[in-house]
Amino acid sequence: MSAREEILSKLRSKLGHSNASNDGNAALKHIQEHHKNLIPRRGSLDKAQRVDLFVQEATRVNATVVRIQGFEDVPNQVSAYLREHQLPAKIKIAPHDNLKSLDWQQKTSLMVDEGRGQGDDGVSVSVAYGGVAETGTLVMSSGPQTPTSLNFLPLDHIVVLEADNIAGDYEAVWERLRAQSGPGKLPRTVNWITGPSRTADIEQTLLLGAHGPQRLHILIVDPSES
Amino acid sequence: MQPTSPNFKQNAREAIADDPLQAALAKLAVGFPMRRLEAAQRLPEFEDLRDQARDIKNHVLENLDQYLEAYEKKVTDSGGHVHWCRDAKEARETILDICRKAGAKTVTKSKSMISEEIAVNAYLEENGIEPVETDLGEYIIQLRKEPPSHIIAPAIHLSKEQVADTFRNAHIDLAADRDLDEPRSLLEEARAKLREKFLGADVGLTGANMLIAETGTNVLVTNEGNADLTNNLPRVHVVIASIEKIVPTLEDASTILRVLARSATGQDISVYTTFCTGPRRPEDLDGPEEYHVVLLDNGRSEMIGSEFHEMLRCIRCGACLNHCPIYKSVGGHAYGWVYSGPMGAVLIPNLIGMEEAQHLPNASTLCGKCESVCPMRIPLPKMLRKWRERQYKAEMGSATARWALKSWAWLAKRPALYRRVMNAGVALLGQFGGQGRFKSLPLASGWTSKRDLAAPAGDTFISQHHKGARGDQSGALMRKKVH
Amino acid sequence: MPETSKPTVGLFVTCLVDLMRPVVGFAAVKLLEDAGCKVEVPASQTCCGQPAYNSGDKADTLDIAKNVIAAFEGYDYVVAPSGSCAGMIKDHYPEAFADVPKWLARAENLSAKTYELMSFLTDVMSVSATNAEFSGTVTYHDSCSGLRELGIKDQPRALLSSVQGLKISEGNETETCCGFGGLFCVKYPDISEKMVDAKVDDIVKTGADTVLAGDLGCLMNIAGRLQRRGVDVKARHAAEVLAGMTAAPAIGEPVEGE
Repeated sequence: MSAREEILSKLRSKLGHSNASNDGNAALKHIQEHHKNLIPRRGSLDKAQRVDLFVQEATRVNATVVRIQGFEDVPNQVSAYLREHQLPAKIKIAPHDNLKSLDWQQKTSLMVDEGRGQGDDGVSVSVAYGGVAETGTLVMSSGPQTPTSLNFLPLDHIVVLEADNIAGDYEAVWERLRAQSGPGKLPRTVNWITGPSRTADIEQTLLLGAHGPQRLHILIVDPSES
Repeated sequence: MQPTSPNFKQNAREAIADDPLQAALAKLAVGFPMRRLEAAQRLPEFEDLRDQARDIKNHVLENLDQYLEAYEKKVTDSGGHVHWCRDAKEARETILDICRKAGAKTVTKSKSMISEEIAVNAYLEENGIEPVETDLGEYIIQLRKEPPSHIIAPAIHLSKEQVADTFRNAHIDLAADRDLDEPRSLLEEARAKLREKFLGADVGLTGANMLIAETGTNVLVTNEGNADLTNNLPRVHVVIASIEKIVPTLEDASTILRVLARSATGQDISVYTTFCTGPRRPEDLDGPEEYHVVLLDNGRSEMIGSEFHEMLRCIRCGACLNHCPIYKSVGGHAYGWVYSGPMGAVLIPNLIGMEEAQHLPNASTLCGKCESVCPMRIPLPKMLRKWRERQYKAEMGSATARWALKSWAWLAKRPALYRRVMNAGVALLGQFGGQGRFKSLPLASGWTSKRDLAAPAGDTFISQHHKGARGDQSGALMRKKVH
Repeated sequence: MPETSKPTVGLFVTCLVDLMRPVVGFAAVKLLEDAGCKVEVPASQTCCGQPAYNSGDKADTLDIAKNVIAAFEGYDYVVAPSGSCAGMIKDHYPEAFADVPKWLARAENLSAKTYELMSFLTDVMSVSATNAEFSGTVTYHDSCSGLRELGIKDQPRALLSSVQGLKISEGNETETCCGFGGLFCVKYPDISEKMVDAKVDDIVKTGADTVLAGDLGCLMNIAGRLQRRGVDVKARHAAEVLAGMTAAPAIGEPVEGE
């Protein structure tokens, strides 16, 4: 008997299930219904409060957040960030329509490269799929315009997040993603990112920038913001 | 690894005498519980979420066969491969086979307790493949050839000086006089060393905090980001996970994630929670070309329906270790195998056998703190007691102790005789207990080696009470003068 | 209260109190009577069976438990001056008899009316104060079974705060196990020592002159270690203080003048 058959038949006999596995299949039924469980109340807010909560929670876990009115403000913000941290004027951007279409040359003197992350990237700029106010979490979804490696290889990660995509809770983001990917499907990688990389493995001392970015800077695009 | 669990008592004695270890444990004993409590208090729904998390896993375990099949189908649909393995040996061989087919020389690894359980590192090395642990703590203990001493903080037993020595011995290409005094410099050295490994690895081997049946997804939870570089950069991503890691849906995974980090480190959520589904898609710019899941039984199916069934709800958060007074006294290595603390004391005998691990379920006061903090509400003390029952049935342990217990129980079942014997015993002890206590006493050295033993303070209560005594404010009746 | 309407309490005195510290039994009787109960002490009681249960000796556990059930099921309430023994009867008897239908109902019936002494006084008899006096600073150790199996935390503190002259100084680790654990402390003396030392250190930090608890097992362990280390803190069962029966020497202390 194959390992698969042996394991499954052992489970079936212990659980008292027949091997007609589609007959009254409790698992498939549960998956199909994919009920929401208890969702903490803290994220159930109107949009403005949701954005505020997101900012508060992301800041609490050492991310920095700036609110801007539109994507056109991104180049200046990136430039200001690099100056503030005395970083070389060189960035790697995700090949995302909203970033590629920006007039980087006109507004800044940055060297702008685009593509997936490489080992020597210092600063990356990428676009979030969404945010979760509950914990100040960014949701990044992999795809041709959003390579995952940009989220992890650079020491500084700048993420552009549209305020309209900030949900109260994780479940709301799953619903959006499920509608987009189709039932039972996900992009290759979905990353929830909550603050910059950290470790406490040496004497329980908290240090930022373990393997991933040491700094996480979030630009919230909110046209309603004045 | 060869378990040292049979030497638990000796291990424990050494651990208690190990000053750096004790300093680390003292820090852990305060920090983790305090942060967990704060996180729990920040979320009013925390206790209800624990109930739901428990119910989700109970539902999965009741239908595990169906969920495994549903999960497997989704992995396959998304272009991945599932390899079913009965035991550690099959899992090691399967992983080696995947690595060989990929022509791998270097395998980066993110922390996985299952990979510790199957001892895959040693096996890959024997077969000419270099496994590199990338979680900072795991990397340190890999260099030191030690097992983890904590499931989420594997190098918690070490001081920064010990880590510095380890790095000086391992990174011989670097200047010998470099400054490694602070955790920051140690981290930066490890980051640079491991960055080379991440970029050069052929295969990335990760564990899985959960496997989601709805989508065929594995969930990875880290704070460092090492699991992400491990699964994203190499050409092949291999997931090693045991069969009970299944959860039904994205919603169910979210519920469990809400209690996981809060219980583990006291974070609301870990920095990186990653959901990997299959290999990279044709248009993707990065991600692995191959995706394999090594699905391991290794004793789990045997636990289904047994008195240890509920242990399969465990999500490896480490809260039971962080709150256990035994763990906090002796640390993880004393337990003698890859797991430790209350969850280890229940799980290890299931995996390496009750004989080898016989001390572990006994080395507990059953104080119940572990159960009170377990996010999955696993009745750990009850299961420790179940192991004791199995041991008692198998007549394990010291014959003297069994005889003493048996004699006492024999007496306790015969109230009239019990009363006569106890009255006589109390009178006898009273004869010698004039100072109110004993510094040492024959047959009670286990007690008196560490503490004084109070002497009986008079005739038994029941005999006094039945003679009409009421006790009085002077205390005179409480204790007969014996001289 | 007229005699007839008084609830009858069977006092499960516990083997340790019976053998080692009768004053706790007298204190329990006084507290229960003061609260308006009629108290009986069945002579056929021995032990709750916990040592056998926690050693995996299920058969003897059940036999001993049957004896307890038979001896106590006729009372309105069963009260024990111990969270550990009360927890055994309340929580573990129904668990132990789960597969013995003939006894399960009787175990559950007994479970439903079994209480630890201090929680019985406050939660059932609505006692909020005693008229005892005690001059000194005490700290309270929450015994594990009482705290986590029976939820006893505020009850003893509420009662103690009514004792004239008594000041409570809380430790940081009052909920941490003292390292007794029944046979654990003799099977694993090194770990037990480490645990009880941490407990003693925490007690010393409170500046209290007396440590109180609701379980004699923990108290004998803590007292024995205090004395071995030469720390001048006395240990008593909380019932002694609540009943005003503190003239007797503290645990392990000699009678004055001997």
